[in-house]
Formats: sequence, structure tokens, C-alpha cells
Amino acid sequence: MCLGVPAKVVRIEGQEATVAIGTVEYQSSLLLMEEVKVGDYVLLHAGFIIEKIDPVEAEETMRLFDQVSKMDEE
Amino acid sequence: MHHGNGGVYMQKLIADVFMRFFTDALICNQSDSAIINPGKGKIAYTTDSFVIEPLFFPGGNIGSLAVCGTLNDLAVSGAKPEYMSVGFIIEEGFKISDLIKIVRSMAIEAKKAGTRIVTGDTKVVNAGKCDQLFINTSGIGALNEKHIPLSSGKLVKPGDKILLNGPPGEHGMAILQARKLFSFKTNIISDCTNLYPLVKQILNRSGQVHFMRDATRGGVATVANEIARKCNVGVEIDETCIPVNREVAALCELLGFDPLYIANEGKVVVVVDAMDAERTLNGMRRVKSGKNAAIIGEITAGHPGKAVLKTHSGGKRIIDELLGDQLPRIC
Amino acid sequence: MSPEGLRFMDGYRDAVLIEKLAAQIHSLSRTPIRLMEVCGGHTAAIHKYGLKDFLPVTITLLSGPGCPVCVSSQKFVDQAIFLGGRRRVILATYGDLVRVPGSVSSLEKEKMRGADIRIVYSVLDAVKIAQRHPERQVVFLGIGFETTAPASAAAIVRAEEEKVDNFFLLSAHKIMPPALESLAGGDTRIDGFLAPGHVSAVTGTMIYRNLAHVYHRGVVVSGFEPADILQSVLLLVKQIESGHFQVENEYSRVVKKEGNPRAIAVMNGVFGLVDAEWRGLGTVRESGLAIKPELAHHDANVAFNIRVPDGQLPKGCICGDILTGRKIPSECPLFSVQCTPVNPIGACMVSSEGSCSVFYKYKT
Repeated sequence: MCLGVPAKVVRIEGQEATVAIGTVEYQSSLLLMEEVKVGDYVLLHAGFIIEKIDPVEAEETMRLFDQVSKMDEE
Repeated sequence: MHHGNGGVYMQKLIADVFMRFFTDALICNQSDSAIINPGKGKIAYTTDSFVIEPLFFPGGNIGSLAVCGTLNDLAVSGAKPEYMSVGFIIEEGFKISDLIKIVRSMAIEAKKAGTRIVTGDTKVVNAGKCDQLFINTSGIGALNEKHIPLSSGKLVKPGDKILLNGPPGEHGMAILQARKLFSFKTNIISDCTNLYPLVKQILNRSGQVHFMRDATRGGVATVANEIARKCNVGVEIDETCIPVNREVAALCELLGFDPLYIANEGKVVVVVDAMDAERTLNGMRRVKSGKNAAIIGEITAGHPGKAVLKTHSGGKRIIDELLGDQLPRIC
Repeated sequence: MSPEGLRFMDGYRDAVLIEKLAAQIHSLSRTPIRLMEVCGGHTAAIHKYGLKDFLPVTITLLSGPGCPVCVSSQKFVDQAIFLGGRRRVILATYGDLVRVPGSVSSLEKEKMRGADIRIVYSVLDAVKIAQRHPERQVVFLGIGFETTAPASAAAIVRAEEEKVDNFFLLSAHKIMPPALESLAGGDTRIDGFLAPGHVSAVTGTMIYRNLAHVYHRGVVVSGFEPADILQSVLLLVKQIESGHFQVENEYSRVVKKEGNPRAIAVMNGVFGLVDAEWRGLGTVRESGLAIKPELAHHDANVAFNIRVPDGQLPKGCICGDILTGRKIPSECPLFSVQCTPVNPIGACMVSSEGSCSVFYKYKT
């Protein structure tokens, strides 16, 4: 239920997307997604893409962590 | 394949397949026993049976596995593998071409290792009575008395360092790939290999090797627990020091597996006195099967009987005993 | 640095970052508080990275009923075993369920005895098995919360479209909000919840509104990396110390307020709500997902005449109290006597990261 792994979309064929995690590839299902493009980062769970990963938000989250650590240093 | 019980067909099978590749003089004699001269001193003696599925996998097959498995059991005991026996139980209908590939692999591995296959046996059973092919190998080798403690671990003491010759998990994941149950595409190859050249290097470099065990079923985690229990010491592994095969790591993330528990066929855990650790490590790295060797942890006096992992994030957790095969999880 | 995908993990595991977040938590946490995580993935991550070591004594981290496998009732496993015993049936399941004990046996034991039980990574693999074996009946065991239920729903839709009449689902799918509200309204003291990140990726964050605004508990939707979890704990500490409760989203790189509308729609198109039995919690109203009547021909509950007795958990099992944080494992009469990791009885020992399983490992 919680094992979701970040992966990158490398190919789209109809309702399936080949995703890559490092050099491991998997043919995942797009049945639960509205719109996915090659190059998107996505969350893979039990063979389905269930969400996209927003790289901008990911950076923002890291930045917030960093802020926390900066507070510590002040 | 109606080779049943010793008749004409069996003789033909033996001649066409086994004798074609097992060419040692002793086995060619086809007498009831192979007479060998073991020399003075102690002998290490091991046996193992192989019932794997599938029979062929990236990096090897049941045959190469059967030979390397037994060679490695001898090697990590400190013995030089010298003689082997091979036994086959073959299911009626098994493809001769596959059998030839397997037997050829065995002959090649044994020859590479300088080990003589001197006696063997084969039986064909009715369809359904065994799963395609079962192989048993046993092996003996001369054992220098000073290496006897390598298996018992009685010299293991707090402060000793723990070394591993490469990234764990390659064999198990290669097998998983070969089973084609999950449609992941990877380039993972089994690490199945003869460890004797590596072990020889280790034993030459250090006179203070206190324990060796190859990490097969149950992986490195199982060996860590064995050391802790058997020697009544604490084992501490640093996750950041364990060599990583990135594809194995990725596939493990996907399926919820822990590489530390996955089977290997070419990995050895070595416990050596701290003074010799760097030197031993350098020696290991000069051998092909040790090129990614690393010091992964140490023996401590704290928490005797328990193996503990210091994680990437700095926290610690107990390395559990393995209860059963890892299964892909959603949770 | 890291190849595809992996870069979204490495940074969040960094030891220096973890130390800093832990220090922040230590400096802000004053009042003793009890936080509950309700997700098997969180339980696993906390255990895997040893995160409890980083928390001050003021924070008690409880492991709630968040593992959908472990809260699967004994009866569900018995039903699965019943079906697996029929010669035409192929059971397909996620690996998690294989060792969960039923009243007498488990799928693992039945498999060893020769039952045709296949472990799959994706439910769509089970549909493929059905297509390849039209003479057999393939029953997929549907466990999981809102993260996984849409996948089962998609499989039913696929089976309908491609007329795979021999594919069935035995659903034990559940949804989180009723259980969470039952916990918040119950008699255990829980000051804040780490909300499950991947459930939320599907459902969105509004489902936790009542927890914050009606029940006045802290809620933070958390990711699964060590930094995510510690950051979420920090945010919860802040909420509780300030008395200002709201639903915060720490996992914003994946979770959006509206969730994944398509996944929700697929799920709602196949499933309706029913009362469900949660191992350890008893019956929780309208918390289970059952296949709608118009798709009943794919519902294993309807298509098969499953007859199993109403099993009872062994006397003495207090998983319910442990899951809700009322008691600790050592207070259970069965703990480490009859109930061990090798022979688990209740949910808390079945999961290798369950409260009792972890307690067992650390106490011995």
C-alpha cells in the first residue's frame, strides 16, 4: 500500500508506460493517470503509475529541510 | 529418454554426455570407486544438492552452480578444493541438449579451478518424480591445520573487522529475473564464481583471519547473525560501507526487498584482525571476484549475540534473522 | 549524482540532515505527546532507518492499524484458502498476504501443500493469467487501502472490456478515514497523526479535515523517506505545542490537495462502501470496499459459494489494544509464548514491522 517508488517515464505505448529506475525498466499501467509525458517523474505502485512527482516541489521540500537546518545554525 | 536402470540407453547417455566432458582419467575408468591419494594431514569434506528453478539464469546454470557451490564451501573452510563427485537425478523427458550445456559448464568450472571430477553417478526417474534435474556434488580438499578455526570462529574477538568482497544480492535477483514472474527488465547477472583464488589471496595476506563464510541462502544478514550467535559477540555493519549494485538496489526498492538477505553465490564474509584489515582488503581487490571488496563493519563487545545495522541515516536497527524467502510487497 | 528515480530518495536519507531535523524536534518538544502513524510503509521506514532513536522521550510514536495486510480479518484468509482448495481456481495475491494466518492455516502453508497460489507484483498480471487459462478461474485477493484499491478497480474494468469472464476479485479493500476517526473519537489518547503519503496521493488531503477541525488533532501528510518522517514529526510537534491544528502536507512533491481524480473515479466506478471487519478493531462502519452489483460477475463473494465459519482470534490476543496504542506487547498473554514471529497469531506479529514483531526482536 505504501511501497511507491520514484521512476522516470522513458517510453509510452498506448495505456502503458515504460519507466526506468536507474537502469531497471518496467512496463507500467497508465490506467490510473490522466496525462503523462516521456521525461516525467512518477510514482510507481504495484505496477501502476499513481501520481507524478513534481520536481519543483521536490526541490522546494529539500529547501525547506535546509531552512530547518539553517534555523539550527542561527 | 528411456535410460532407466543401467542398460544400453544409460550407457549411451553416460558415453555421449558425461564422458564427453568429464575426462579425468579416474572417472574414465568407470570403476566402482575412485582411488585417490589424499596426502598427509586433515581433509575438508563437503556435500551439497542443487534443486534450483529455473535451471538456466543470467551468469550460469545449475551445473556451474553445483560445482562452484561445493568449491566455495571448501575454499571458505581454508581448504584447496582437489576432488569432486557429481550425482545426477534426471527426469524422464529432459532435453539432452540442455543436459549437455549443463555438464559442459561443470567441466569448465572444475577445470578452471584445477579441481578433478573423479567419480559420479546418474539416475533417470519417471516424469513427475523429480523437477527436471537435481544435482549433488561433494568435494574434498587438503586442509592446513592452522585454518581449522576459520569455520568455528573461535578466534573472533571485539575489534576485528568484517570484510565483504562485493555487492550482495546479485545471484538471487538474477534468479528472480530468470523466473520471469515479474516483468522487470534488468541486466543483473549472477555472481556465481569460484572463490578459491580470492580466499587464497586473503589467507596469504593475513595470518589473522578469524572467520570466513560464504553468504549463500539468506544472504549477508544470515552470516552476520551466525557470527554473532556462534561467537557470542556483537556484529555491527555500516550500511554506508556495503558495496552496492545499483540495479539490485533499484529492483529491491521496487519489490520491497533487502539486499542483505538475498542469496549470493560468489560472496564471502571475512573476519580479520583489525591490524590486517587494510592489507587484506588490498589483496582482495587484486582478484576479480574481490575488486569491489570493502570493510563493512566490525565485531564489538556490545550486544553479544546480535547483529546490528547502522543505517544511511545514522539510526541503528537489529538485523533480523531471516524467517522465510522475501516476497514482493505492496506495503 | 544518482540515476533516474533514485535521486528522489538519496537526498532524503542523508545522515546530516536527519541529525539536524532531530535536533529541531528535541529543542521544540516540551509536552509529552503521542503520535500515531497509520501506514505500513511508515512503520517499515521508521524501523528500517532506526528513526525512533532520534526522537526525544517526550514523543511516543504509536504504530496504528495502517498495514492493510495485518488488519485483514482471519475470515478473509480462510475464504481465500477455501477458494484455493477448489481445483479450477488459481489464487493470485500480493506477497504480503502469504504468511498472514487464518484460523487454521495460511496461504504459504497451502501453497506448500500444492495449492495453485501465485504471487504477482501487479493485479493486471492476474488478469493476464486468466486470459491465458480460460479453463481456470483466477481469483485475485484484493488487499490494500486507497493506494491499491484503484488498481484492483482498473483490473475489473479491463476484465469487463476484454471479456475476461474468469477473472474475479475477493475484496478486502478498506478506506482509511472511518478508522482514523474511530481512533480519534476513541478512548486512546492520540495527539497527532502522520497521515499515509501514498493513500493521500490518490485521495487528496481533504479526507483528514475532520481529524484536525472536529477532533482537534494534528495531521501531517508524510512521505516515506527518513527526512520526510522527521520533518512531519517536527510539524506535528509545532501544531500540538501551538494548539493550532490543521492538515499539513509535507509530501507536496507527490500529494496534491485534490489527489488523483482519475484514480478516484476508477475506484468509485467499481466499488461501493460496506461495513468491514478490521483485525483488532472489530467492525468499522462503511470502511470496506465491495464490488458494485452491476459488476457482481467479477465478485468472488457472489460468484462462489464461500462457506467458512466465523473464525475467532485465539483467546488472549489483544492486537486491538496494541494497534490502538492502549497496551504494549509485553502486556499480551500470548506474546512470545504462543505468538512469535515464526508462529504469529495476531496482526501485530504477522507484520515483520508490527509492534509485537519489533518488540520481540529488541527484547530478546
